[in-house]
Amino acid sequence: MKFFKPDQYVIYYKGYPKLYIRVKPIFWWLKKWSSFFFILREMTSLAVGFYAIVLILMINAINQGPEAYAEFQTWLKSPISMALHLLALALALYHSITWFNLAPKAMVIQIGTNKVPGFIISGLNYGAWVALSALLGWFLLN
Amino acid sequence: MKKSNEPFWWALFGAGGTLSAFFIPILLFLYGLAFPLGWLAEPSYEELRSLLASPITKLFLFALIFLSLFHWAHRFRFTLYDGLQVKHLNELIAVICYGGALFGTLAAGWILFI
Repeated sequence: MKFFKPDQYVIYYKGYPKLYIRVKPIFWWLKKWSSFFFILREMTSLAVGFYAIVLILMINAINQGPEAYAEFQTWLKSPISMALHLLALALALYHSITWFNLAPKAMVIQIGTNKVPGFIISGLNYGAWVALSALLGWFLLN
Repeated sequence: MKKSNEPFWWALFGAGGTLSAFFIPILLFLYGLAFPLGWLAEPSYEELRSLLASPITKLFLFALIFLSLFHWAHRFRFTLYDGLQVKHLNELIAVICYGGALFGTLAAGWILFI
């Protein structure tokens, strides 16, 4: 498969016997699970951006009136929207999980001379996630 | 050393990553799946309209949209740069990503506050 192999171009210059130029193939990250999960984590930004745009469209539809909002709801129920939302939810959850797992590296908290262990910082983030989701869900459903 | 804008973009990326990690899954699940599929009772148009009239809702949505867009812009820029090896278009990609995020932020500000 051409996409997975590093391409080696051989270039001949005057005075150089052989000059190899290595080019990383575009799908290099499919070769190893670790690099696949790295790129998957980076791709979660697409879900975040997608949902920001959906929110803009939803606010706009609500502003425009009941008919525009009904039309927006019809779109939400379409198979394309369902598929996009399902994929986006999976990526958004992956974003949250990887983000909270990395939180101890981004914020190092010290108490006296002791560093607060990473799992406590991640744990607090997960706790806050559950609490905020429950609170927001409760508020929107009541 | 050359002066760099990176810390500025990184701060927006970080704030957007945190806000979206906390709030996007629940909002997406409710409004994108649970309500349209009828798993939960949909809020009426009037309810949504009055919810959206509150300044707290407006500020919350504006912050969420603004920071999520800049989170996307920064991360996607580097996905293209490192992941997909599109290094020769670095400047064009930066302009499109941050420019797109700015455009979306202005649109959100317009429909929420004006």
